[in-house]
Amino acid sequence: MAEELERQRERAPAQFGGLDYAPAPEATDHVSLRADHGLLIGGRWVAPASERRFKTINPATEEVLAEVAEAGEEDVDAAVKAARAAYAKVWSRMPGAERAKYLYRIARILQERAREFAVLETMNGGKPIKESRDVDLPLAAAHFFYHAGWADKLDYAFPGRRPAPLGVAAQVIPWNFPLLMAAWKLAPALAAGNTVVLKPAETTSLTALRLGEVLLEAELPEGVVNILTGAGATGAALVGHGGVDKVAFTGSTEVGKAIQRTLAGSGKKLTLELGGKAANIVFEDAPLDQAVEGIVNGIYFNQGHVCCAGSRLLVQESIAEPLVDKLKRRMATLRVGDPLDKNTDVGAINSRAQLDKITELVASGEADGAQAWQAPCELPTRGFWFRPTVFTSVAQSYRIAQEEIFGPVLSVLTFRTPDEAVEKANNTPYGLSAGVWTDKGSRILELANRMRAGVVWANTFNRFDPASPFGGYKESGFGREGGRHGLAAYLDLSS
Amino acid sequence: MATTPVRLAEAGSGFLQQVALGPLLSRFAVDEVGANERAASLAKRSIKKESKVAALRLAVAVMDLTTLEGADTVGKVQALCSKARRPEPGDPGVPPVAAVCVYPSLVTTAKAALAGSGVKVASVATAFPSGQASLAVRLADVAEAVEAGADEIDMVINRGAFLAGRHQEVFEEITHVKEASGRARLKVILETGELGTLDNVRRASVLAMAAGADFIKTSTGKIQPAATLPVALVMLEAIRDFTDRTGRMVGMKPAGGVRTAKQAIQHLVLVNETLGPDWLTPEWFRLGASSLLNDCLMQLAKERTGRYQSGDYFTKD
Repeated sequence: MAEELERQRERAPAQFGGLDYAPAPEATDHVSLRADHGLLIGGRWVAPASERRFKTINPATEEVLAEVAEAGEEDVDAAVKAARAAYAKVWSRMPGAERAKYLYRIARILQERAREFAVLETMNGGKPIKESRDVDLPLAAAHFFYHAGWADKLDYAFPGRRPAPLGVAAQVIPWNFPLLMAAWKLAPALAAGNTVVLKPAETTSLTALRLGEVLLEAELPEGVVNILTGAGATGAALVGHGGVDKVAFTGSTEVGKAIQRTLAGSGKKLTLELGGKAANIVFEDAPLDQAVEGIVNGIYFNQGHVCCAGSRLLVQESIAEPLVDKLKRRMATLRVGDPLDKNTDVGAINSRAQLDKITELVASGEADGAQAWQAPCELPTRGFWFRPTVFTSVAQSYRIAQEEIFGPVLSVLTFRTPDEAVEKANNTPYGLSAGVWTDKGSRILELANRMRAGVVWANTFNRFDPASPFGGYKESGFGREGGRHGLAAYLDLSS
Repeated sequence: MATTPVRLAEAGSGFLQQVALGPLLSRFAVDEVGANERAASLAKRSIKKESKVAALRLAVAVMDLTTLEGADTVGKVQALCSKARRPEPGDPGVPPVAAVCVYPSLVTTAKAALAGSGVKVASVATAFPSGQASLAVRLADVAEAVEAGADEIDMVINRGAFLAGRHQEVFEEITHVKEASGRARLKVILETGELGTLDNVRRASVLAMAAGADFIKTSTGKIQPAATLPVALVMLEAIRDFTDRTGRMVGMKPAGGVRTAKQAIQHLVLVNETLGPDWLTPEWFRLGASSLLNDCLMQLAKERTGRYQSGDYFTKD
């Protein structure tokens, strides 16, 4: 059969060499980069009292993009005081309908400046422009629009209660969706009447800082949102500050636990959105070609830097071989490289530290005895890159099946029965998300009930909507973001 | 799960006995939402500059330039054949099209007008476009076209029988048409706009390929929707799995509704990323269209000169 195929292929005239995609880079000339940035405190950009700064780079080229301030304890104190003043004098007294106007305005400005934000997000974070353009920006605007709608309807969102804001919220966000996570955090907090001190991640501060410009452009009252750039020490100082009423953190489980220890007994409210090791379960009756797309989207979207990534593929044994073959063929078509190219599917790893972590875990997988296969793509010479990787022959006990890799690395495990699938899916300290692929509706409903995961996707993966609550079980954290559940996390509903 | 594979296995027909239709071919589930998303994401590929020129030339080279009107005349077909041989006299980089597609009564005319050019003559047959005639009449239609010299036969499947679940009947009819086509290559039109679901598109694709189709083709062009991207994607995936399983390549022809160069390039991208470059030749891929050619020529002229020219600078044939 192979020979026949070979013969047929030779009949094809040689002059048709397929279809090459010329580079199609998104222009960057409309994004003006400032050499250095201050901190947004009390409605003004101020130099850090700490006088410390650090460089932020483009992970795809390792070029320095700008210098960013590193907020110290004095800066944290000033920001929390500014937030407290804005809360007491302005924001908590303002009618919801008035707060909504600001949120709508922010949403519209984000839409108007979407291209600029998308390019900057890609430059600073390494994610493909098609994702920042088609996912991050539209969703960020959608979160502001959605929560703007709730601002004057809080009494109706929680019938029989008298919802009241909590006060000053300290929000610490991760580097994988820098702008989107800022939107997830800010929109419900502001809609509910809280003021905020936001700390973006160390490696990806630029879009959060530009969001600060948008807030000023929208004439948000001074101090309602304060933005402090910095690393772990800044975050620790912020969440530990006595003037904070509520802490919201998205990031690693390790840091989440540290924050919870810090906050114990302080009376501060806390929500945590932490790591994950999601199972993407494919049954033999699944629509296989779409399942392959879902698997690829589940783990290679945003280079796998997704807390709810479908990093464990659980496939029914009867179709394991054809499915993995299809998956590898599909992976071979992934276009890895310049994140600004509109045809790029997989971009740069966010930082050298993350690249090292991925490399180390992949080595452990190979040492444990799993078989690695990597997409045969060429990688750029500069910057941080990792080939899309799939591990087969993975046992549940291997580190690559247990630990969050947070990179483009998939572990394939097999199961025989639905019960075994559920058992393996739940057999993890995490519980953020899961996927089920089957043509059988009743099985979807049954598995969704039995899965200990905050989000269960059926015949799709990595779909987000501001109206849909997102959050975890177990070591994936607690509290929800999005929907009415997300609003509740920023409200006192005790009376 | 569909009953088709069981019925196929019972058929005992020659081709089915030669190739074991494996588990992949017996799985028809297609998730429409997922297929639409994948097609939409591929449609966003950005094909610019030299890639665009190469893609547009390829689109011309794989085109089945088509006229299927009640008003077709000898003169009309002759004009179309002239265009097919040399679509753009001013640009030697523009190749001839792959084939001219006409009704059986005009095959002789097209054959004479295209003699020596390498451009094939394709003829629709089997009571095109409805297929609503007895098998004997449909086979006679095919025989006439083949006798007149058609290099390729574009048949329609019996959608009535397919939708009524008589898959066996559809399968056997295709094998008869295949036999009647002789050396002419057989393109099987599924008329996907009448099949209703992507599951059916996938099922009909497998059925046609198993019955001996050299090409599977989306539509007659007389029914909307026709060659949508999700439908083309599902057919391409069916071809890929069939070829993997049997070792036999099958060609693909989207037809109907492909009017702009942009759409043509989207179809080329779909083939490129689903089947790979082996299929991007006139041997294995065709675009059936009547008004697409001039838009491709206009885009090529724009790439050459940097300006768009009015429609009056392109011959309407």
